[in-house]
Amino acid sequence: MSINVKVMKRPAGKSSYVRATLKGMALTFRHMAKAAGDRSELTIQYPDQKKELSPRWRGTHVMEKHDDGRPKCVACGLCPTICPANCIKLVPGEDDQGNRYPIVYEIDEFRCIFCGMCQEVCPVEAIHVGNHYENAEYSRHDFVYDLDRLMAQTHPVTLLWDPSDPAGE
Amino acid sequence: MQAASVATYHDVTGQAYVWSTVIKVLVVFVAVLVIVALLTLMERKVSAWMQDRLGPNRVGPGGLLQPAADGLKNILKEETNPAEANRVFFTLAPMLSITPAMLTFAVIPFASPLPIGRYGVVHMILADVPVGILFLLAFSSLGVYGIVIAGWASFNKYALLGGLRAGAQMISYEIALGLSLMSVFMVTGNVSLREVVWKQQQMHVWFAIPLAVSFFFFWISCFAETNRLPFDLPEAESELVTGYHTEYSAMKFSMFFIAEYAHVLTVSMLMATLFLGGWDIPGWQGDNMLGQVGNTWVGHAPSVLITLATFAMFAIKTFLFILIFMLVRWTVPRFRYDQVMDLGWKIMLPAALFAVVVTAAAVLALDSFGIPYGPWWALGLAAVNLPMLAVILWVMDRGHTLVGTGAPDEKRRLAREHARARAQSRRVAVGANPSPR
Repeated sequence: MSINVKVMKRPAGKSSYVRATLKGMALTFRHMAKAAGDRSELTIQYPDQKKELSPRWRGTHVMEKHDDGRPKCVACGLCPTICPANCIKLVPGEDDQGNRYPIVYEIDEFRCIFCGMCQEVCPVEAIHVGNHYENAEYSRHDFVYDLDRLMAQTHPVTLLWDPSDPAGE
Repeated sequence: MQAASVATYHDVTGQAYVWSTVIKVLVVFVAVLVIVALLTLMERKVSAWMQDRLGPNRVGPGGLLQPAADGLKNILKEETNPAEANRVFFTLAPMLSITPAMLTFAVIPFASPLPIGRYGVVHMILADVPVGILFLLAFSSLGVYGIVIAGWASFNKYALLGGLRAGAQMISYEIALGLSLMSVFMVTGNVSLREVVWKQQQMHVWFAIPLAVSFFFFWISCFAETNRLPFDLPEAESELVTGYHTEYSAMKFSMFFIAEYAHVLTVSMLMATLFLGGWDIPGWQGDNMLGQVGNTWVGHAPSVLITLATFAMFAIKTFLFILIFMLVRWTVPRFRYDQVMDLGWKIMLPAALFAVVVTAAAVLALDSFGIPYGPWWALGLAAVNLPMLAVILWVMDRGHTLVGTGAPDEKRRLAREHARARAQSRRVAVGANPSPR
């Protein structure tokens, strides 16, 4: 080598190329023999198998509804206020009995950071984050979920804390 | 055990010869293309298993149709032609690289001779040229032209560097490749591959043991010749994007890949033939046959069953070498450029020359002592070759040339000592003019 390379003195036994190579090949061969025939234990075959989500997984939102199909939301305006990503749009309305209800309720799942604060703050347990993560779309507009779509979600909602141990002790 | 002459068998002649050759060419060419396609799948599967993954398993049962899907994709993809590239050579390069890789199958015998009724016996080799190995060497050297031209014609700095590296590497290792074959020539006294197999059968020992040094050097050179991983400098992804085929896309790119796998297949077949007895079945003498010499049939009587069994044997040996190729590729990191040149010129060339001289002396000595060609003769040669291999390995190893990255704890110890020495020297300097503290 004409270039000046700093060469460290090392004991021959530890810098042996052939031995290290054979050792490495034995290792890869062992792994190959173990996984040969697609027997790898580590792989979850995603579209076919899915990993079980934690009950506290915060994903796509769900709007709870009454038995007659109305949303439980009372349009109090707490969730758009608390939302750190400013992704909830709420236009409140009031019917002739004085009950408030949302005229427009939209969540932009693309802006949402899934912190779960909307669920925490909701006084009537209407809006929830859910155990669901597959929400790919073809355009940005499709990520804005309106009220009907939020109510149509069927996946389980997130438990923000363990009901038997609410203080996390 | 000695060559029994069986008068009833003779090589096919005339029209039967033409037709049998045409059929052989078609069958072998199609088989090779299919095997090469399956090798790409095998590589992906094997690498996946080594890394505890599954590999392609979506197309067809167990991913078996993945090569077909890849091929279809590559055919339908858009071809890109760099504006500054030399169009003629840019198009020519993939062809030049795939043709020699495909041609070299022609001279490798892949099974024992097949009798076809009254027509005679067909040799299971496409072109039974008497200069078999020379043909092979000539065409495998041509393969580098495709790579060098691809690198030059792309008008891309990375491609050019890849091409240059390929050229330098090929030249360096072709020498060791040729020299390691010299010992085989000396033992067989012939360059026909059919003869090489026959001589190994006569010796009752495959050349891998009595010519261990040649086998080892040939093996290393083959890795270099195929541009596979410890020697994949021409396409070093981390340095040269993808080297010589950086600018290629679609089917042209695919052809470089087919050429690489065809090369791997050829070289594995070649190693099996030259050093592992070719289609010879170990421990059984019934398959020893050379063919028609003059008017007599040399060797045992051929039969269809023996042909099938020997073909299976040949396939197993080839597969073994391919598997080792893949095992090495997914285990060993790439050499540095200076290490490749060091290994080629400072170790392989002198050691191969030395081995040729020693082997020649041993052959001469064995012959002049009148030891008959056979197991004892092989033992004599092995007694010279195996210690020589041990010495060469010892010289190569031990950090003499190929320096490993070293043990981490040793590195840490050295770094600590270095830091301590530096701190010590500073302390002395501070002590010379004392600070107020």
